[in-house]
Amino acid sequence: MRERTKNIIALCLMAGGLVALIAGILRGEAADVLRKATMICLECIGIG
Amino acid sequence: MDKKKIRLRPLIQGIYALLSNGWLQGFFTGTIFKGNTKSICLPGLNCYSCPGSFGACPIGALQATLTAAEFKISLYVTGFLTIVGAAVGRFVCGFLCPFGWIQELLHKLPFPKKLKKLPGEKLLRWLKYLILAVFVILLPMFFIDATGIGKPWFCAYICPAGTLEAGLPLTIANSALRQALGFLFTWKVAILISVILLSLLIWRPFCRYLCPLGAIYGCFNPIALLRFKIDENKCTGCGACQKACPMDLPVHQKPNGMECVRCGKCREACPTDAIEIWRKKK
Repeated sequence: MRERTKNIIALCLMAGGLVALIAGILRGEAADVLRKATMICLECIGIG
Repeated sequence: MDKKKIRLRPLIQGIYALLSNGWLQGFFTGTIFKGNTKSICLPGLNCYSCPGSFGACPIGALQATLTAAEFKISLYVTGFLTIVGAAVGRFVCGFLCPFGWIQELLHKLPFPKKLKKLPGEKLLRWLKYLILAVFVILLPMFFIDATGIGKPWFCAYICPAGTLEAGLPLTIANSALRQALGFLFTWKVAILISVILLSLLIWRPFCRYLCPLGAIYGCFNPIALLRFKIDENKCTGCGACQKACPMDLPVHQKPNGMECVRCGKCREACPTDAIEIWRKKK
């Protein structure tokens, strides 16, 4: 694969990723991550 | 990433690990940081229940959104991982992962025998993709309780980073948590001890064989904007790059393989400077 093609794929993926990231924030996923990350995760520490 | 920067890599790793886990009072009080930055994923594997962590672990966050009854597909975290992966691939593993850095420090300790790879290396490397598919995606998505909520299986049963960065400091400082410990904690400590012992023997065993985040970023390595390129006019095929590579990768043949964490030791070792960072020709 040519280097230019790889760059185009990477840039398209980054653009798609940005759209997904924004869509995720808009539908409340970031808030859900915040809610879970600010509580001690019992599974992570080997209790839950 | 020139040769000078490669030599600075351990310093960058250390500073990053301390900055991203800099809420030091948590280690003494047995509590975790609760600020708004916790909604932002950190690029490396960094447990969000680490007392000092200012951000979220992308694998923990991915499972958290996959297990939530209202989402099922995590656009936020997959979007984040796609952006980071397409930009720099496993450069994150080499420079911005606290657990990778800890394994590297352990590997520097003297040990009677150091190995470049384990028997069955090729097969073992596929383990992390299996773990990603089964423990990070499928089980949290489909193994759900009566209320429609799943469980973060990778965090619960495998992740040694969570045990080291969160489990141990929190249970040492927090007596209530200490009283709740049981078999699961013992199991996770056993995994952590295995990874620590293996780290004395080989370079970054968790990253090679088990890390689902490395598996995700590795898929982006061949097309990421940060890529290596071999100058065919300079490369003599001497194999010095593979000899210097702590993962034993044939960099001169496959400079952008899925296992490369971009530590740059191959570039440092190349006698003809044939391994370049891809740049657009002027």
